[in-house]
Amino acid sequence: MNSKPLALKILDAVSLLLLLAAAYLAIFVAPTEKVMGDVQRVFYFHIGTAWVALVGFVFTAGLSVIYLVTKDLKWDRIQVAAVEVSVVFFLITIILGSIWARPAWNTWWTWDPRLTTAAITELIYIAYFMLRQGIDDPDRRARFGAVYALIGGLSAPITFFAIRLFRTIHPVVIAGTNAEAEGTFSMTPEMRSAFFFALFAFTIIFIDLFWNRIRLGETQDKVEQLKLKVTM
Amino acid sequence: MFLQETTPDTSGYMIAGYVITFIILGIYVASMYLRNRNYNQDMTLLDEMERVETAKQAKPAATAAKKAAKSGTKKSRK
Repeated sequence: MNSKPLALKILDAVSLLLLLAAAYLAIFVAPTEKVMGDVQRVFYFHIGTAWVALVGFVFTAGLSVIYLVTKDLKWDRIQVAAVEVSVVFFLITIILGSIWARPAWNTWWTWDPRLTTAAITELIYIAYFMLRQGIDDPDRRARFGAVYALIGGLSAPITFFAIRLFRTIHPVVIAGTNAEAEGTFSMTPEMRSAFFFALFAFTIIFIDLFWNRIRLGETQDKVEQLKLKVTM
Repeated sequence: MFLQETTPDTSGYMIAGYVITFIILGIYVASMYLRNRNYNQDMTLLDEMERVETAKQAKPAATAAKKAAKSGTKKSRK
């Protein structure tokens, strides 16, 4: 039982403050979008969580390569942490998108290329945990997980580029020129500030949760090793 | 929705979005806290079990050594 390092305790507090500040900027400082109204404010958290989740999935693929080269279980533990935190953030992205879609598109869900690829990505990584649960041998579990996450990592760039490659109604707010997008808007300077602050805040929150999750994985491994020792 | 002239009241959706975000993050943080607490409890218990086990294994060895030492002293007295 090792106590939390001071740096992590500080990061926990900073993350909470950043989350509250990002919410404050999005709700009270950014102006109301004229066509969509207040629901547009979920966009700041929608993009913030999507950003960290997709980067997390790509990062996971990188960790897979490191594990497959080194065969060190430490990298498997880090990979599991990255996938878990990314799955949580991407779930928030999908739910927020659905909430925004209801008044903007008059539906909670539609099988648009972006929404479909996003749903597939989330399901791929939920299945990652199911796959791992079915394998008892730690080395085999790590190897299968690494190969799966490496292939699954392809889904993140596909999701990101879906709105740029296919005909879609999903808006491309940053550098978007899609005339068919429904709900697209241009940002005022206040909106831009809230947007970039949310990106920054979610990046820090991701790092904080990721660090905490790695520590949890270490504790879990210690418990498993002790169990083996006691039962032998 | 995009043909109207006045801004629609969609604040309910916005509130729902933020509430759900905070709930999901809260549940995740709570789950991590609980998992960590449970692992730490398991670790304490397993540590205790391991200590008892090593003490059990050490006891017969110690008594055997004592017996051997006793018989050794008796022989030497004779």
